[in-house]
Amino acid sequence: MSYTIKRVGFAVLTMFIAVTLDFFLFRVLPGSAVSGLRCQNCTLQFKQAIIHQYGLDKPKFEQYLIFLVRLLHGDLGTSVANNQPVWSDISGPLLNTLPMLLAGTLVAIVIGVLSGVVSAWRRGTLVDRGSLWTSLVFYAMPTQWIGVLVVFYVASVLGLPRAGIQSSTLGILGTASTWATIVDRTRHLILPALTLGVGLYGQFALVTRSAMLETLGEDYVLTARAKGLSNLTVIRRHALRNATLPLVTLIALSAGSIVGGAIVVEDVFSYPGIGLATVDAINQNDYPVLQGIFVVLTVSVILANLAADLLYMRLDPRVRRELDGVTG
Amino acid sequence: MRISDVQSEEVLAGLPSATLAPRPLARATELLRGWSAQVMLGAAVMTLFLLVALIGPAIAPYAVHAQVGHVYASPSPSHPLGLDNGGYDVLSNLLVGARTSMIVGLCAAVVSILIGGTIGVIAGYVGGRTDGVLMRITDYFLVIPDIPLMIISAAVFGRNTRNIVVIIGLIYWTTAARLIRAQVRSLRQRVYVRRAELLGASGRRVLWTHIVPQVTPLLIANTVLMIANAIFAETYIAFLGLGNPTTPSWGAMIQSSLAGGAIFYHAWWAVLPPGIAVTVVVLAATLVGQGLEDSLNPRLRAGHLAVRRFRLRPLHGELERE
Repeated sequence: MSYTIKRVGFAVLTMFIAVTLDFFLFRVLPGSAVSGLRCQNCTLQFKQAIIHQYGLDKPKFEQYLIFLVRLLHGDLGTSVANNQPVWSDISGPLLNTLPMLLAGTLVAIVIGVLSGVVSAWRRGTLVDRGSLWTSLVFYAMPTQWIGVLVVFYVASVLGLPRAGIQSSTLGILGTASTWATIVDRTRHLILPALTLGVGLYGQFALVTRSAMLETLGEDYVLTARAKGLSNLTVIRRHALRNATLPLVTLIALSAGSIVGGAIVVEDVFSYPGIGLATVDAINQNDYPVLQGIFVVLTVSVILANLAADLLYMRLDPRVRRELDGVTG
Repeated sequence: MRISDVQSEEVLAGLPSATLAPRPLARATELLRGWSAQVMLGAAVMTLFLLVALIGPAIAPYAVHAQVGHVYASPSPSHPLGLDNGGYDVLSNLLVGARTSMIVGLCAAVVSILIGGTIGVIAGYVGGRTDGVLMRITDYFLVIPDIPLMIISAAVFGRNTRNIVVIIGLIYWTTAARLIRAQVRSLRQRVYVRRAELLGASGRRVLWTHIVPQVTPLLIANTVLMIANAIFAETYIAFLGLGNPTTPSWGAMIQSSLAGGAIFYHAWWAVLPPGIAVTVVVLAATLVGQGLEDSLNPRLRAGHLAVRRFRLRPLHGELERE
């Protein structure tokens, strides 16, 4: 229990540091976001009005406190580009990103675990080498390049849409049924998710392989085989189940790179999620939105890490006992 | 701890004192012999790319932002890799872009290793509260997702190569810090380090003559791994339009192939070369770095990119052969 409290405390502190960093980058450092408000043909009065509106004329520390208090109220500020609250600007894209992100992670896990298990089971063979090198090559490919290749060479073969989240023709003849919308959205989801999955699966495969090699060498696996259990049962019930632990850690640790991958994948597929919102904010120098996106993404990643750590503790009684024994 | 304790440990270990302090050079040559084909291959490829980065701009047949023919003209003897969406020579851009990628890769890796290495050495050597504080800070930065942080930093400061180097370097120091700290901590416990301390060597001297030379090979391995990360990060930044718009880079080439609609011209020559270049150099750096790390620090072998043969207890069916 005490471990849980410590772990939550750590997560909260990390969020605080990230948020402070966010403020520091945009408001304190010279040549930072404030100069983004500079415009060529604005009058001095207009500039001052803007600066006053965003509270940039107050002392830095006061600005920081206001920033923190607003954040605690869920207020991420106001977009410079369209004068809307940042949260309403990015909550829609965030909701669009979520299914794509989850589907992509799922693809990565499925391909990774399968390839890792096959590799470990057939270690030293041509199959192992083949799958190892394939994982390494995909690991080394920039995700956005995989996306470009998919857009150019795979989309037309599979007959799947290569851009957007929904067909523009959908709903043109009256409201589309819920089912039709779901089907259409899923079709638009497949390629981005596939790209994200393929770009990420390499490390999942490599970790599964090493974890499986370790568990396959354990005595209980030998016992299971001696009992005459089928290969599939040995892998599934004895080897893979114990190899899940490092995988959980890895998935949590790669939450950051999954989010990063999603940003470029969305850019490639013009998928209106948080990644595309990021690119738009960059192009419009919309710093409040960028700031908000950073806060939201960082908090999500930190929470994902926290969840994985707590899950890890639940999954492995040894860790639970050890941690509680030491700290409590 | 008394001197006799240390000596008795040496006696117990049955080691002549001279062999207690391993000589880095001897270890390095030993390692060279043990290098796998993978590491050799990776090193060869990296050398080739470094060479290209050095002389690329000199041997590039055309100027980088000069329209030398039709948009997306197909490969021909005068343009082996064809032209891109601006009518620029793809081969020339690829050669000059190599310099951007390698400069960013190398410099950012060095920056991150300098920061991470310093923090790791201090934390590991000083120990105690300093260690606790430094590692806490490292932990916090380890969890903050690197790519969003990189994007906002690049959006605020970026758009020139020097800033991008600094940003990538400042973001990727955490892994090096943890790794080096672990290594330094284990070195501190070695008999020859403890004996040097007992003989009255100053902390600085112990650090520079006994600790730093021992962690240098690991630092180098980590630098090589970091080059892969940094090159990757550069393509991200350039792809999102946060790179330096005036210098060609592989990331920018990938971006322009997508934005320029290379597909409608079936211009594979604009799409494939930059991506292949990134993949090959990242793969090479990964192989070298991982291979070096594995051979330098066998205890790290549960590392995340384990490319090696595992020694296992014999499985069913293999028992007779053992």
